[in-house]
Amino acid sequence: MLKTININYTIAKKQILKNISVDFMPGEFAMILGPNGSGKSSFLKIFSGETSHFSGGVLYNNIPLKNISKEALAKYRAVMSQQPELSFPLTVEEVVMMGRYPHFTFSPNKKDFSVCEEVIDLMNLHAFKDRNYMTLSGGEKQRVQYARVLAQIWEKPSEGCRYLFLDEPLNNLDINYQQEFLQIAKKLKDDNTVLVAVMHDINLAIQHADTLIFLKEGELAAKGKPKEILTASLIEKVFGVRTTIINNPVTNAPLLIYT
Amino acid sequence: MLRQNKFFFPVLIILLLTVLICAIAFGAVEILPSEMYWAVVHFFQGKDPANIYEGVFIQLRLPRVLLCAITGAILSVSGVLMQGLFRNPIVEPGLVGTSSGAALGASIVFVLAGTFSPAFKSYIGPFLLPLFAFLGALAATYTVYSLAKNAKQVSIMSLLLVGIAVNAVCLSGTGFMSYIARDPQARSITFWNLGTFSGASWLQVLIVGTVAAIIFLLSLRYSKQLNALLLGEEEATYLGIDPDKLKRKIMLLNTAMVSVATAFVGVISFMGLIVPHVLRLLIGSDNKKLLPASMLLGATLLTLADMCARLILAPAEVPIGIITSLIGAPVFIILLKKFNILQQKGGGNA
Repeated sequence: MLKTININYTIAKKQILKNISVDFMPGEFAMILGPNGSGKSSFLKIFSGETSHFSGGVLYNNIPLKNISKEALAKYRAVMSQQPELSFPLTVEEVVMMGRYPHFTFSPNKKDFSVCEEVIDLMNLHAFKDRNYMTLSGGEKQRVQYARVLAQIWEKPSEGCRYLFLDEPLNNLDINYQQEFLQIAKKLKDDNTVLVAVMHDINLAIQHADTLIFLKEGELAAKGKPKEILTASLIEKVFGVRTTIINNPVTNAPLLIYT
Repeated sequence: MLRQNKFFFPVLIILLLTVLICAIAFGAVEILPSEMYWAVVHFFQGKDPANIYEGVFIQLRLPRVLLCAITGAILSVSGVLMQGLFRNPIVEPGLVGTSSGAALGASIVFVLAGTFSPAFKSYIGPFLLPLFAFLGALAATYTVYSLAKNAKQVSIMSLLLVGIAVNAVCLSGTGFMSYIARDPQARSITFWNLGTFSGASWLQVLIVGTVAAIIFLLSLRYSKQLNALLLGEEEATYLGIDPDKLKRKIMLLNTAMVSVATAFVGVISFMGLIVPHVLRLLIGSDNKKLLPASMLLGATLLTLADMCARLILAPAEVPIGIITSLIGAPVFIILLKKFNILQQKGGGNA
């Protein structure tokens, strides 16, 4: 499991995160929501190990993050961040293979190739395998990046959990792939997998998340199961938008209507 | 694309060997293959060359062609490394100050070596010139890099502009050195700024070759990390790489080999631009393939250029830097146009 304890984060004298302590449990899909500038992405950057300029603690499998080397962490923690661009031509297959880099020293072995095959199949990228990544559309690039990230943590570590973090994974995607991305993440869900996503679309989050985490101005505004914590007053407090919450007749889950 | 073609590397190797043999054979004096053969046989038997042709081959032509090939490989590999580091296809040692910094360091040695303490000089021995070239190159490259880097990445615009400024400083330093120099010293600075292989010796081949071999092997080890860096520093971190550490290592390796080569043969511009560009079109940008391919093609092209330099005005010689710039500058402009840098208002990243 992933624990964050009293995270405080300040850039240029502005406090971005204030005393955030959240536990992310394996076997549940946690989604972080909040308005622009609420510190969602900063929070993800901190617990994923991208920056170390914060105070507080982050524990992976009960081991402090600062005691884990970047190389070791990369074997069981993958992050999809917002659309990386390449400045040079590489094929889709080469980009996906990068996900296996933490697992081999110089040349990929059979296992690495077979994992790449699997994720390429999963993301429907077979026709693109030899295409130049730079010539793809935004959504296609996103699928390639997702495949790369999945390849990185495809097999479960012998002990401890694997971790998949998605930072606004659904930008540029049509509704078909939005659903598919989240379905694929849900399929990875098990007792040894910690899943966290930063999301924009509250209704999609309600539909797919086990736990919602609301951030507002760097503070934890609410955390819990969608059905239990979701109220119109919470949404108005966090986002400043008036909504009505009705019952989704198909899924029986709450459904937000902007009024 | 040729990237799936298993004949690509064999073709490059055959091309290189052919060019090497032609470059050895043609010149002010032509050397027949049989003479090359006997020269090598006599050399290994410990005998003196049997005639002037064998002598020219062993003492002049062979070291020159080898030094040229190694330098070509170094400059092209350096282009690949720096482009990976800056995440930018228009970077090469000449543009980011490496060459002019090395030139400044070298010109200081040419002019002021007489004033250095003899103990220091005898301690450093033949490495005096490479050492100063290295220090100059490192200082200039590091200045350009750290000034051009804003919060997150290196923007092309600021890179080129800072490059211009640092190059200008180094050039004026070199100019000052040639101004206060005595005639022969000034002449070696001039020659050196245009690049020349006419002074090639076996000692130089040995030094440059050793440095190149070590650094090629090391940089191949980093090819995976360099690939990951193409995704950006953040992504590279998530793949278990420390971008800052990687950048420091690559910059050091790269500057070391470029300055050692530059110390002996002078400034040869644009090689590091042409070769990687051609190869990226042919085989893509996977550094694991790009680095060895650049080595081979770089060696081939520079040897070819040196052969032209010797033949165009034979028996006189054109400085090789003039030839590479003549071919390289248009390639550079094509790249600028392709990446729309000429149309940008400024500050953008391609």
